[in-house]
Formats: sequence, structure tokens, C-alpha cells
Amino acid sequence: MAKQWTKQLMTLHVNGETLEVAASPTHTLLEVLREELDLTGVKHGCELGHCGACAVLVDGVPMLSCLMLAVEAQDSTITTVEGLAQDNTLHPLQQAFAERGAAQCGYCTPGFLISGVALLEHNTQPTRAEIREALAGNLCRCTGYTKIIEAVELAAERMRGA
Amino acid sequence: MTTIGRSTTKIDSYTKVTGKAKYADDLKLPRMAYGRILRSTEAHALLKRVDVARARALPGVLDVFTAADMPHTFGIMPTTQDEYPFALDKVRYVGEPIAAVCAVDEETAEEALSLIEVEYEPLPVITTIEDALAREDVKIHDYTKRGNIMKEVHLTFGDMDEGFAEADLVREDTFFFEGTTHAPMEEHACVADCAADGKITLWTSTQTPHYVHREIGRTLGVPLSRLRIIVPPVGGGFGGKCEPFAHDFAACLFALRHGRPVKFTLTREEVFYCHRGRHPVKMLLKTGVKQDGTITAVHLQTFLDGGAYASYGLATVYYTGALLTVTYKIPRYKFDGMRLYTNKPACGPKRGHGSTQPRYAFECQLDKIAEQLGLDPAAYRRQIAIEPYSTTVNGLRVTTCGLVECVDKVVAASDWERRRHHMPTGRGLGFAVSSYVTGAGKAIYWNDMPHSGVIVKIDRGGGVAVLCGSSDIGQGSDTMLAQVVAQELGVDILDIRVHAGDTDLTPVDLGSYSSRVTFMAGNAARAASQKLRALLFAAASELLGEPADALSAADGQIGVEGNATKSVSFVEAAQKAEATHGTLSAVGSYTPPQLGGGFKGAGVGISPAYSYTACVAEVSVDPETYDLRVEKLWVAHDCGRALNPVVVEGQIEGSAYMGFGEATLEESAFRKGLHKIPSLLDYKLPTIYDTPEIVALLVETNDQEGPYGAKEAGEGPLNPIIPAIANAVYAAIGARVDSTPITPDKIARALKDRNAPPKARDGRLRERPAPVPTHA
Repeated sequence: MAKQWTKQLMTLHVNGETLEVAASPTHTLLEVLREELDLTGVKHGCELGHCGACAVLVDGVPMLSCLMLAVEAQDSTITTVEGLAQDNTLHPLQQAFAERGAAQCGYCTPGFLISGVALLEHNTQPTRAEIREALAGNLCRCTGYTKIIEAVELAAERMRGA
Repeated sequence: MTTIGRSTTKIDSYTKVTGKAKYADDLKLPRMAYGRILRSTEAHALLKRVDVARARALPGVLDVFTAADMPHTFGIMPTTQDEYPFALDKVRYVGEPIAAVCAVDEETAEEALSLIEVEYEPLPVITTIEDALAREDVKIHDYTKRGNIMKEVHLTFGDMDEGFAEADLVREDTFFFEGTTHAPMEEHACVADCAADGKITLWTSTQTPHYVHREIGRTLGVPLSRLRIIVPPVGGGFGGKCEPFAHDFAACLFALRHGRPVKFTLTREEVFYCHRGRHPVKMLLKTGVKQDGTITAVHLQTFLDGGAYASYGLATVYYTGALLTVTYKIPRYKFDGMRLYTNKPACGPKRGHGSTQPRYAFECQLDKIAEQLGLDPAAYRRQIAIEPYSTTVNGLRVTTCGLVECVDKVVAASDWERRRHHMPTGRGLGFAVSSYVTGAGKAIYWNDMPHSGVIVKIDRGGGVAVLCGSSDIGQGSDTMLAQVVAQELGVDILDIRVHAGDTDLTPVDLGSYSSRVTFMAGNAARAASQKLRALLFAAASELLGEPADALSAADGQIGVEGNATKSVSFVEAAQKAEATHGTLSAVGSYTPPQLGGGFKGAGVGISPAYSYTACVAEVSVDPETYDLRVEKLWVAHDCGRALNPVVVEGQIEGSAYMGFGEATLEESAFRKGLHKIPSLLDYKLPTIYDTPEIVALLVETNDQEGPYGAKEAGEGPLNPIIPAIANAVYAAIGARVDSTPITPDKIARALKDRNAPPKARDGRLRERPAPVPTHA
């Protein structure tokens, strides 16, 4: 076998659970979430920080998990797409994505949801410019972004009403 | 409540928004190995030596494959199988697979790649259409008859001399359409497994499981009965996942040899090498018109830069000629097409397959003609629009045609007539239309069997299973199938489970290409459901004492409409029907009608129906930086009938976005055979900041052969976007850029050359003697 780093025990706080995991210290948060914790809702489209598919919330802030080592995230609270729904009830943004057809192939969707939820957490009345700014780090190849913007607006409207 | 025509939430949305959808790379099996591929660093070279001994000896390496392990050619088109899964004695592009390593983990596989020794003997590299034609001494493939010409097509329909003699104006223009790639967000991935019985299962991200099934079986010599292809959710395709790739072959062979699973996931850079994207095409277009704009003759010549292998190129070269005739009344038409091999990743089908490039050229030329004749470009298109239920000069049968309605809708929505002459400096409106096939009329291997099959099975608990070989790549084909079955059986869409893309369980559907699935699989699903509905109605009729033809099915009930006492539940009817007839299932299939002329090449372009689109683009050009901004796109599309309006709008918006990217930003750029920008940062696919506002407008013409009247919506709306933007740029700056993408440097040059037209960059092509035509 190739010479490898000895695995290191690390503690990650993911989606409300505290998990111990043994992983190489050279592995990115993306790799550890997907491969060690089976949180495959976290996607990869480049592993170079270009596409945004791997976005997760780190202490409430959307971060690219492909550009972050898992060991760096040990003291943080991490939320992946799997952690957005509560007790099998969708987050309003997930619901809006489903209804508005904002997920076509769905591969970029987890990253967009993470960026969108981060926006809506502190702003339930975003302008289109603010929505674009919040989602500018996420690439989508299917939708032309139209339905995604509409879904964020629909979710914001519902969150204001709630 | 009816399901058809309603914006139903897609049935796969719930797994996709929660991260539960398992794409190919999300699959994990016990004892799974990991594969990586060694790719050529040379664009054109003889392979003198490939030594894998050191890689094989690395602890943790389980197997290494080279061409010696699978020395058989494959190719998606049966007559042009020119490619080995791994290069045999020659490499023809940078990125071509040479060897594969399977190891216990990715790091070990990656390290093993670095231990493989490859000795190349470089050959001259050909990267342009001009060089491919001129350098007859350098042959990329030995089999080509002349130079690097992979395929030549010459077709003439009518007396061209007479046509051009009749014309009051004959325009000749040269256009170049740059190559682009699909860049689906999901990189290609696959997992294969096999037990000791030798039965292989391959989960792979593909648009065409049936073709992959055939090609892998044939190339590896595995009986198709022992090879199963399963399509997980596919993270985008756009034409780039329509063939088997090296990783599919290697994964299957590893699983077969070792009886344990293996996964291959490509890097983003490798996806750029797989490519099969839009062909760069040079086009010479000559059109004759009368004073009033009536077309008398059109002669199109296309030169396709095909890259190193055939892929779908045989179809592509025909497609560059076939669909130009479907929008307007064209009495005479001549087409000369040629596809050339170059030392770059193979081109293939991308959304709009082969029709996008000549449509761009034609719509730009008609814009010039309209200006010369003093005609409004939109009114002009309306005037020469093809009639519904007519036949084109090249033998294509047109049925429903909403072209005029599409023109009227975008003209009204954009306030075209009022605004176009009153735009501020540097701002302009442009117009274009297009048409596209609703499914190819022929399979890629010609046969008499159906193009799509569906099985519907009813459980005695009321659940309905729909089985179809189709591949949902995000366009919503699974939801379409569920909607059709829900409509016919009157059940809730959530009572239906769709099982698609599994060559063991599902009947063949040819795949998600040529915008065929709604039309063909939709018709097949409808046929199967109607057989079951007849059994259910007979059962309900018996239970209710009412004649079957008085019954209808809706909301999980079968009964007399408007009479609540005269109805039974779907479950009761199903149980009665099962008691009478046995297990409830039915099959349906769809075969397109026999279409097309009797000439060689008549099989490309035929389709049971054509969609139509019109677009108005509004652009602005910065007077100092020449930065081009597309402000807004209005797109009206004749989709026959929108079975699910929100999904159809999504296809129009996504097509418009992709066309916008090709018009202004995207290009596959190479230097000496090396891809210059194989990353999502440098290959400029539009971000949410770049993408303009898109207004999608639906036109419904209710095609009599489509399911509930539906035609396609997934590809056609891309085609008019690019010329509409190009024409808008002209309206904005008064200078033409006759090549894509329209970048600031080209705008600057066009403005500089406005008063002194540049020399045609294709002078050499013009001087070629015209080939001898084949009269049809």
C-alpha cells in the first residue's frame, strides 16, 4: 500500500450529533463527511473550490468542504444538507426547491440549499441582488438559475409569514 | 383531478433536496476497490512501450489494465467503431486513456499511476480543420480514404442554378462556431460488481443505458444476458454521457476477474477529456432570396472539427445539414458536410446536436438579408415560416408547427416593434427562431423494434409500479412517466413508483438523447396504462352495474362522473380485476412511423414531430471595455403541450442559459493539442451573476401523435438564443461578429474593421473545388 498518514482520531459536531471518526489528517472535510460518515448528500463537482457543490455550514457560515481539512473543523458546528430537515419536515427552502422545480439533476442542489439557508437565516426579505450575491459561489448547469432564485423568494415569503 | 398539464412537483425532488439521492459516486459496497486512469500526455504519438510492472508490484494494487486486456474497438455508431477503451498502439489526444489501476484505496491507485512507464514516439499534431485538410501526409486514423476526412456528405435537393438565378439577392457568408463542452455538475462515475456466476452489474452515470449495455457486452465479449446496467440519478448530461467510457469497461472487467466491486470517479479535469461536446464548425452559407425575401435556394457547407474519434460524429455531420430546412419554405437546398479528425478530445452530441451551429449561421445571415431588403427581422421570419403539415425539400415531415405563434409571443412580450428602433446607444434587440427534433426517427443501430417500452404493474394494495429503461438526467422523465400513468389510472402521483434505467428489470428505452423521452416513453406508458385501465373499468363496471364506457378514473376512484354513490375505490377495482384476470400488469411500447426520403442520409433529421422556438435577446455593450452583457432573453417555445408547465419552463430556461453561455463565454480552447482550460474556473460557464433574466413563454399546438399533444422542450430552446444574441450585438454596435463566443476582443476588432471588412479567415476552404454532388 502507498505510504499514508496514520489515521487520527477526530471529533466532529455534525447535524446535531457529536461523532468520533478516524481519518487521515490530510483528508478534507468533504472526504471525511462523504467517505467516513456516509453523508453523501455533500457533493463534489471539482474538489478545487470552483463549483460550490460541497458547501456545508460551518458555525452557520457556508464553507467549501473541499477546501477545508476535517481536522480544522473539529471545534465547529457543521450542518450538511442532511441536517436541514427537522424530523422529516423539510426546511422551507427545501420545500420551495421541490415545488418550483429548482432541482433538476439535483447535483448542485445541496450546495445551493446550504448557501440559501445561510442567507435566509439572517435575511427573510432578500432582494434579487442579495440572492445572487449569496448564491454566486454555486454553479448550476441545468436551471439557468431562474427557478432557484424563485425558490429562494418563495421560501423567504413563507418564512416571513411564519 | 388531472395530473397532465399541472405543475406537479417532480417525484424525485424529495430525495434530491434532502441529500438522499444516491448518485453513482455515492454508492459504496463492501470490499469495494477504487480505480484511477492513466491518460496520455501526448496529443499524437505512437505508444512504443507501456510498462505496468512497477505499478502492479505496489502493495495494495489489485489489478492494472491496458489495451492488452481489452483489445477490441468500440464506438457508439455501428459503422464507425474506431476507438479502444485503452489506447492500443497510438494515442490521438491528450487525456486519452492508456491504463487503469484498481487498488484498495484511491491514494494507492493514484500512486500506482505514477509508476507506469510510457514511452511515446511523437507524431505531428493536427488541431485545426485547415490542417486536417491540408496535411494529408499525417493520418490520425489509417482507415480514412483521404487525409483526415472521417465522413463526407453531399446532398442536393432541386436545381440550385435555377434557384440562385431566380434570386434578386444572393448572400454568401462565412461563420465559425466554437466548440463547447457540457460540463455537467456531476463528474462521470461508475461502480461495478460481479459474483462467481459471472453476472456483472454496472451502476453508471449515463444517459443511454441500453447503448452502454450493448457496447460493453460486445467489446468485452460478455453475453448481454449476464450484464446489467443500472442508472442511478444522473447529475446532468446534456449529451456528454451518451456512450460507454474507459472507466465503464475497466470497472466491469475488474469485477468479473476479481469478484469484488470497484468504483471509478473521474476528476473534473478528466471530464473535459471525455468531452464528446459541441463540434467546432466552419460554415459557408449561400442563400438566394427574391426582393420580398422569399427564399429561392440555400447552399450550406459545413466543416466539423471532430476531435480524435468518431463518437456520434457520423450523425452529427448529417445533423448539421438536416434541420436547416424545418423552419422556412425552402424550395431548393444543397448540403455539403465534412467531419475531420484532429488531435483533440472527441466531439459528439451536445444539446441541439449538430443543428445548433448551422442554425446560428442561418439566423445571422437572415438578419443581414432582412436588413438589406428593409424588412423587420421578426415579420420576415413570420412571412417565410414553414406551413404546418408540410414536407421539407429534404423529405422531412412537419406536422404541428407553432412557429408563427412563437414569433408573435416574443415580439409582444419584448415590445419588439416599438422598442427596437429606439434603443439607447450600445444597446440592441436581436431576433432568431429555430426548430428541433422530438426524438430521432431511427435508433443508432437500425432495427424494427420499438424505441421505448414501459411495463405498468398494479399491486393489490393500490400501489403502481412503472418500469421503463429511460434515464432521468434531471429533465424530469421519471415524473413524466408517473404523470402519464396517474392520469390514465386516476391515482395520486405519490401512489406510483417509477423504476427506470435498469437493463435487467425495465424494457428498453433508447435513452435520454435527441429529446425523445416524453414523446416516445410517454406514448409507451400511456399505451400500457390504457390496457390496465380497460381491465379496471371492466371490474368496476361489474361491481357497480354500470357500463364501462360510462366510467372515469380520478382521485383514486373509478365511477360515474358526478355520481358519488356510483363509484368504487381504485383498490377495490384492482382487487376485482386481479381476481378475474390474474396478476395485473401490462406493457406498452412506441415505434416511430416510417419517415423520410429514400436517399442515403435520409435517416438523420426525421422525427415524429418538430418543436419550434423564437427568441428576442436584449444586450448592451460597454463603449469602453466592449464588455457584452445580455440583459434579457424572451423565449417562446412550441412544446406541443406542456405536461408539467414548471418543468417545461425549467427546460426552456436551462436551454436559454446554456445558449447564452455558448454565445458569449464558453469555448473549448487548445494549444498544441493541450486543453488550455480544463477546469470550472477557467472554462467560463455562466454564474448566477452572468446569467440574464429569462422569460419562458409556452406555446401549445397539441401534436396529434404526441402523448396528450406533447413535443420536446429539452434541447430546441437552446438553438435560437445564440443567433438572437449575435443579432442583438449587431443592433447594439453596428458591427457583426460572425463567430462564437462573442467576446470583447472580437467586438473591438469588429468595430475597428467596420469600414474595412476583414478577409475571410476561411479563404483556404473557399478555394477547395466543390465536391461532386449526389442528387437525391
